[in-house]
Amino acid sequence: MKINDFITKESEWLKGEGPESNIAISTRVRLARNIKGHLFFNRASAEEREKTLNTVFAAMKKNKYLNKSLFLKIKDTSPLDRQFLVERHLMSKEHAQDVAQKGLVVEDKEIVSAMVNEEDHLRLQVMQSGFNVMEAWRIVDEIDTGLGQNITFEYSNKFGYLTSCPTNTGTGLRASVMLHLSALAMTGQIERVYEAISKVGLTMRGFYGEGTDSLGDFFQISNQVGLGHSEMDILDNLQRIISKIITKEEVTRRELFKKKEKEIADGIYRSYGTLKSARIITSSEAVKLLSAVRLGIDSGFIKDLDIVKVNEILLLTQPAHLQKIAGETLGPYERDIKRAELVRRQLEK
Amino acid sequence: MKCNICEINEATVHLTEVVNDEVTKMHLCEECAKSKSQEMQSHFGLSDLLSGLVDLEPIVTEEEMGAEIGLKCPNCGMTYYDFQSTGKLGCGRCYEAFEPNLSELLIKIHGSDKHVGKMPIKGEKVLKEQQDFQRLKNELTKLIRAEEFEKAALLRDRIKDLAGQLNGEEGDDEDQ
Repeated sequence: MKINDFITKESEWLKGEGPESNIAISTRVRLARNIKGHLFFNRASAEEREKTLNTVFAAMKKNKYLNKSLFLKIKDTSPLDRQFLVERHLMSKEHAQDVAQKGLVVEDKEIVSAMVNEEDHLRLQVMQSGFNVMEAWRIVDEIDTGLGQNITFEYSNKFGYLTSCPTNTGTGLRASVMLHLSALAMTGQIERVYEAISKVGLTMRGFYGEGTDSLGDFFQISNQVGLGHSEMDILDNLQRIISKIITKEEVTRRELFKKKEKEIADGIYRSYGTLKSARIITSSEAVKLLSAVRLGIDSGFIKDLDIVKVNEILLLTQPAHLQKIAGETLGPYERDIKRAELVRRQLEK
Repeated sequence: MKCNICEINEATVHLTEVVNDEVTKMHLCEECAKSKSQEMQSHFGLSDLLSGLVDLEPIVTEEEMGAEIGLKCPNCGMTYYDFQSTGKLGCGRCYEAFEPNLSELLIKIHGSDKHVGKMPIKGEKVLKEQQDFQRLKNELTKLIRAEEFEKAALLRDRIKDLAGQLNGEEGDDEDQ
């Protein structure tokens, strides 16, 4: 398998089929692990980092979930490929920089991936479509246990799994769910959600754009606390809170559709119209309009399009994806033209 | 003693800087210390936000520094000061080397410094019991606080039993 094989493939986690997929786009669970006896990445020599990379790759090749995966050394990839992998949520932006001795493993359905020699020796992640925390955990737990047969991880009785940054110490677990919270954003309730979840060990950030800036009302909610509670307690807490947020979003949507039907319908149809006719479109405009169209499908205003398609266009219109599809490097202006073309073509289908 | 910077005012703040294991001492007046602290802060990044959880004072005086100055990981050579400036530990052994300070930091981040979750498979049974033991101890504290003394007495007996069992089994899994 090669990186280019992913372009024509739909990511499993984007298929829009999981539970609550009208609001929850995807679920991600990751574990941070380090190998016993190896210095952490920031402290290790180039030689030791290389040894770590080979040790982790070797253990992963023996794993039944991962033996058919793509094993990449980041230094062997082009900057465009790296950006492409970041856009597909297969690796972090940080992993795409200072690429020496860094590795990435991607299972063929893109459900499982692993960064090797990021901040920790191993960052193992599992993605699921929709709101599916427990299934993502089941898979990542099983792979982690399997890898533990071949690698001895840094672990202490008191602190649990030892990680480079103390924010990950303990379970090394970070679970997050990406949510589309249009109605809560429209009614100015996002701040309240933010305040409420920060009191229960969770955090929220805007998905597109920096920091808590929330282009298109896409938000990622994840656990912040990973020590002193078992994985099950952490996941259960996240799951309970997110269920409540989803219910709140649903109720608010129905109220909005009832009270401001004309205004909501107008916004949705205008957005759909623009996407179908625009000749130049920036990445941020596309995200905003696609967000409105996504809401339009859930509300029943738009009937000739499904959520899977919108999720797919959201991904394909990202800068590196556009360039991979075009097969050439494009400047921002050329990308805006290509993006508009791609959106029109996708919506005609 | 006069201030090392302005050489006019009396020095009231005594600052110790440790960079790559080299110790520099500075004696400053309050005003120069303030501007020095602002200068230090402007060099600080995200990681310092993290270390700031433990050390809220922008200036680390000699006295405050005392406890941390000697902390150095025997395995990777990282000092606690290195950790404070990068926010990243150097190896698994750093956790033992910096234990009291790190425990305090972990409690501030997670509300606890004791793991109760998954563990590597080898030696699982003993570890599980150790964790149950810790969990029961936490519960006991809660019961005592809630003044539920009857329940607390029962729990205390269970903890005693478990402690006896653990003492019999401990020893070979310390390093898992």
